Amino acid sequence: MTTPAKKPRARATPAAPPARPATWDVDALIDNEATRIIVCCGSGGVGKTTTAAALGLRAAERGRRVCVMTIDPARRLAQSMGLTELDNEPRPVSGVQGDGELSAMMLDMKRTFDEMVEGHADADRAEQILSNPFYQALSSSFAGTQEYMAMEKLGRLRATADSEGTWDLIIVDTPPSRSALDFLDAPARMGSFLDGRFIRLLTAPARSAGKGFGRLVSTGFGMFTSVLTKVIGGQVLKDLQAFVGAFEALFGGFRERAEATYSLLQEEGTSFVVVAVPERDALREASYFVERLKADQMPLAGLVLNRVQATGAPMLSEEQALAGAERLDEAEEGELTSALLHLHAQRMATLSRQHHLADRFSGAHPGVAVAEVPAFAGDVHDLEGLRRVGRFLAGELSR
Amino acid sequence: MARDDIRLHVVSGKGGTGKTTVAAALALALATGGRRTLLVEVEGRQGIAQLFDVPPLPYTERKVAVAPGGGDVYALAIDAEEAMLDYLDMFYSLRRAGSALRRMGAIEFATTIAPGLRDVLLTGKFCEAVKRQEDGEFVYDAVVVDAPPTGRVTRFLNVNREVADIAKVGPIRSQADSVMRVINSPHTAVHLVTLLEEMPVQETIDGVEALHNNGLPSGQIIVNMLRTPLLDDDELAAASEGTLDRDAITADLKAAGVIGRRGATTAALVEALIDEARDHAERVELERQERDRLDRLGLPIVSLPLVEGGIDLTALYDLATQLREQGLR
Repeated sequence: MTTPAKKPRARATPAAPPARPATWDVDALIDNEATRIIVCCGSGGVGKTTTAAALGLRAAERGRRVCVMTIDPARRLAQSMGLTELDNEPRPVSGVQGDGELSAMMLDMKRTFDEMVEGHADADRAEQILSNPFYQALSSSFAGTQEYMAMEKLGRLRATADSEGTWDLIIVDTPPSRSALDFLDAPARMGSFLDGRFIRLLTAPARSAGKGFGRLVSTGFGMFTSVLTKVIGGQVLKDLQAFVGAFEALFGGFRERAEATYSLLQEEGTSFVVVAVPERDALREASYFVERLKADQMPLAGLVLNRVQATGAPMLSEEQALAGAERLDEAEEGELTSALLHLHAQRMATLSRQHHLADRFSGAHPGVAVAEVPAFAGDVHDLEGLRRVGRFLAGELSR
Repeated sequence: MARDDIRLHVVSGKGGTGKTTVAAALALALATGGRRTLLVEVEGRQGIAQLFDVPPLPYTERKVAVAPGGGDVYALAIDAEEAMLDYLDMFYSLRRAGSALRRMGAIEFATTIAPGLRDVLLTGKFCEAVKRQEDGEFVYDAVVVDAPPTGRVTRFLNVNREVADIAKVGPIRSQADSVMRVINSPHTAVHLVTLLEEMPVQETIDGVEALHNNGLPSGQIIVNMLRTPLLDDDELAAASEGTLDRDAITADLKAAGVIGRRGATTAALVEALIDEARDHAERVELERQERDRLDRLGLPIVSLPLVEGGIDLTALYDLATQLREQGLR
C-alpha cells in the first residue's frame, strides 16, 4: 500500500526553536487519485470536523470530486457548508472555486441504522424491527452505535461512489469520543457483544427449537433468564430475542457485518489522518492511535496538529519579557507596554510547553509527518476560514 | 438561592471543559471547615484518582483529601456491575448466584443491554449516599457527582422515563422512583461547566433547555479556564484597531532594556507585540459575546481561571477557594 506522504521533506524553520522533524505534503495526499478515503481520527475537541472540512474543500478546489461526512459540526460551520438540515444525504456545497465538486453531509446515526434495516428487509419485516423497543434503544443510545453507523454510512457512500461515479474522494470525520481508538474498536465490540454467548443462548430456542442444550448450559441459562426476567422484565427479553433473530436473518450476524464494514478501512486507497492539539491528553491519544494503525497495517498519512501557538517575536524569551515588564512596573511607568510584555510571556510559555509535547511525540514516532495549524482567535465558520486552514495544512502559510 | 441547602451537586459539561476538575474543586470547597463530602464518578475513567494522585478508586467510599479547615473529601467510583450485584443481593438475596452470573459475563450483559438499567444502578447508588443517615444525621453534608457530558446528562438523570419500558412495577420501578425523588428535590442542582467558546456555550444553552424541559433543577453555570484580560477596554479597542501608540511602546521597551536576541530590531519587536495584542483583543471580544449569550440564560454564573501547566493538588485547593469566594459553599 502506498501513501504519498511517506517521504517527508526536511524543511528548516529558522525562527522556531527547536526545529520540527518532518513537514507533511498534504497536497500530494489529496491530489493522488489513488486516495479514495481519508479518515480523520483523534480524541474529542481537537478540531477533527474542521480538519475534515478543510481537507475536503482544498481537495475539491484542486479538482477532486469530494464528499465530506461530518458527525457533529459546530452550528455555524455546518451552515457555511449548507448543512441546515440533517437528512443523512450529501448535499452540494456552494461557493467552491475551481473545477472540482464538494458535497457535505451530517451523519444521522438512527437514520443510518433504519436505512440499513429497510434496505435489507421487506416492508413488514422492516416495520417489525423498527418498532421493536430494543431496536429503538440500540439505534439511539447504545454506546458504540455512532461509530458503527459512521462506518456503515462510509461503506454506503463508497458503494454509491463506485456505482454512480459521484465522488472520487470521501473524507470522514469520526464521532466525538474520549478515546480515538473508540472509532476502530466500537464496531467489533458491538458486533461481538451482540453476537456473544448470551445472545446465542437467548436466541437459541428460536434458532434451534427442539434440539435441546447440554445440561450444564441449560442450567446456567435457566438461572440467567430467571434472574434477567426478574431484573429487566420478561418483555425486554422477548423484544431482544425477536430483534436478534430478525437481524440475524437479515444480515447473518452482527460480527460478520461489523467485520465487513471494518475491512473497508484496510482497503487500498484508505488513508488515516490523526488530528490532535499540542496538549498532553490529546497527544497521548494520538500516540495510541498511531501505534494501533501500525499494528493493524492501516496507512497513516500524517498528524494534523491544531491550535499551535504562534508568535511574531520568537526572539524575545518569556524570561526577557517578564524581566522587562518588571522593570517597567518598578519604575511605575509604561503600564500598557508592561501588559504587552506579560501577554507575550504567556504566549512564549504556552509555545515552549507545546514544543516540548510535540517534540516528545515526534521523538516517539519519528516517521510521522506533521502539519501544523496555528491557534486562531475565533472559530472557523466559513469557507474562507476553511480555505485558510487548508493553506496551513499544505504548508502554503506558516505560523 | 442559598447554596448551603443543596445536598446533591451534579456537575456536567461538554467534554474537554474540565468538569472532573470542577467537581473535585467543588467537593473540596463544600467540605471546607470540618464538613464531609462525597465525590462520585460514574464513567469508569478513574479521573478522580488521577486528579488527587491516589491509586485507582475501588467500589467503596474512600477518603482522598482533607479540605482547608479540617473537612474530609471521600471519593467513590461507581461501577454498574458492582451496583447490580448489590442490587441482586439487596432485593433477591442473590449474592452468590450474582457472582456466578458475573463470571459468566451475564452481569455485564444485563447492565449493558437493558435500556436505562445502567443509569438506575448508577444514580441509585449516589442517591443512597445523599440520603444516608447515622444517628439521625446525614453522613455526607453534600454529594458531588462528576456526571456524563451535557449531551447525555438529561437522560442519565431522568431514570424514571428511561426505565418505563422495562419496569412498570417491582424493585427497579421503586428504585427509579426513589432516585427521582432525590433528583427532583429542592436540594439538588445540576451545574454545567463551560468555556467561553462557541461550541461549549452552545451545548450549555441546549443543556439548560433540556434540563428545563425535563423538569430537572439547573444550578450554576461554571465558566472554566478563564483568562483575565491584561488590557483595559480602551487599550483593547486600540489594539484591535491597530492604533496602539508605537512610539510610546518603543520608548518603554528601550527604557526597560528589552532587546531581542539575534540583533532583532526594536521596531520588529513592537510590531510583533502589537499583533499579539490584536489577537488578544479579538479573543477577548469573542469571549464577551459568548459570555453575553450565557448571561441571557438568567442563571447564576461563577468563573474559574485557567491554570497554566496542568492541574495539581495545589491548584485544586486554589480553585476550591475561588468557588467558595463566589458563594459555592
